[in-house]
Amino acid sequence: MAGATSWSFSENDFKQIQQHLQAFLRDANARCALLVDRTGQLVATVGDPPQFDSAAFASLTAADFSANDQLAKMIGEPEFASLVHQGEKESMFLADVAKRVILVVLFDQRTTLGLVKLKGKGAVEKLNRVFAEMFNRVGAGPTAPEKGLLEGAEDEIDKLFG
Amino acid sequence: MSMINYASREINCKLVYYGPGLGGKTTNLEHIYGKVSPNTRGKMISLATETERTLFFDFLPVDLGTIRGFKTRFHLYTVPGQVYYNASRKLILKGVDGIVFVADSQIERMEANVESMQNLYDNMSEYGYDLTKIPFIIQYNKRDLPNAAPVRDLQASLNPGWPIDDGAHQKVTPDPSHTGENLIDKVNNQWVGRAPYVEAVAVRGDGVFDTLKTVSKMVLKTLS
Repeated sequence: MAGATSWSFSENDFKQIQQHLQAFLRDANARCALLVDRTGQLVATVGDPPQFDSAAFASLTAADFSANDQLAKMIGEPEFASLVHQGEKESMFLADVAKRVILVVLFDQRTTLGLVKLKGKGAVEKLNRVFAEMFNRVGAGPTAPEKGLLEGAEDEIDKLFG
Repeated sequence: MSMINYASREINCKLVYYGPGLGGKTTNLEHIYGKVSPNTRGKMISLATETERTLFFDFLPVDLGTIRGFKTRFHLYTVPGQVYYNASRKLILKGVDGIVFVADSQIERMEANVESMQNLYDNMSEYGYDLTKIPFIIQYNKRDLPNAAPVRDLQASLNPGWPIDDGAHQKVTPDPSHTGENLIDKVNNQWVGRAPYVEAVAVRGDGVFDTLKTVSKMVLKTLS
């Protein structure tokens, strides 16, 4: 492999992801759910629009999850599939999805950690299936389906950089 | 790992600034942050120690414009330069699309540069990435200092080139930024490729945008 593999998803994938997340938020009574890929890029946001810089939030989430992955290995665990950060009013629940993305749930006192975890488990299973299908569709694993997206766009690229 | 979001029509790419401690990686990002319009960049996040040394990373998202109706957004990261922080440094490389190696031109820092370059190769290969096949540029920073080593010496130590065995790529390719120099050339009967380089004084901003433009362009061209 020359570099990191790229991936992309269609509008239909996006719709399915959003539907699962919306149902989950309703069931868990949580405020907001974000999907962040392991490299720190925001994939989707559902629920109350976040009042913070979501790009920065996504990069810190990925770093947090990666650091905890390494900590897990150090103590002899293959991974920590989920993480919880509890505050006085606002809390976060993070869970791995298909080893490629992280589900981040923001919730407050209107619900409980137990309910978020319970409903989160079901949501992760559904999302795992969506991502598995996405990856199967483009071959054995995540590939670069968008290769050639910018084919013939060299002029536009050159123009962008003056 | 560039990510294409067809729903929001965005292309997201990840660039990592690598190099020895105190070489100017964070300074590069700070200059970009200061110069780019607030409409086209996000907030800069720095996870630093109390003495302002990068502990985990700096992060700055920048929008470069629209191509084929897709908004191209680059996420710029720096890594901690200190040898001690290798575990966190390696994490930042995950899914990288392009690398900028910020070398400290000072003669005294030559060994630190070489060690960091070796560390970059090692960390990349642990992820299964081949540095010679992904967009990669070297920035020779601090060119204004009196103890800066000649670029020729820095090139010999840090950018000696890698063999090119694929016949399709074996053709002399001039370096568009340096007249009379080639990025791909035949040396002693062996085809050799080198990373492009930029001379810089990051504290003044010299060469900072040249570096960013060159590597971003290389990344976008990998999608074409």
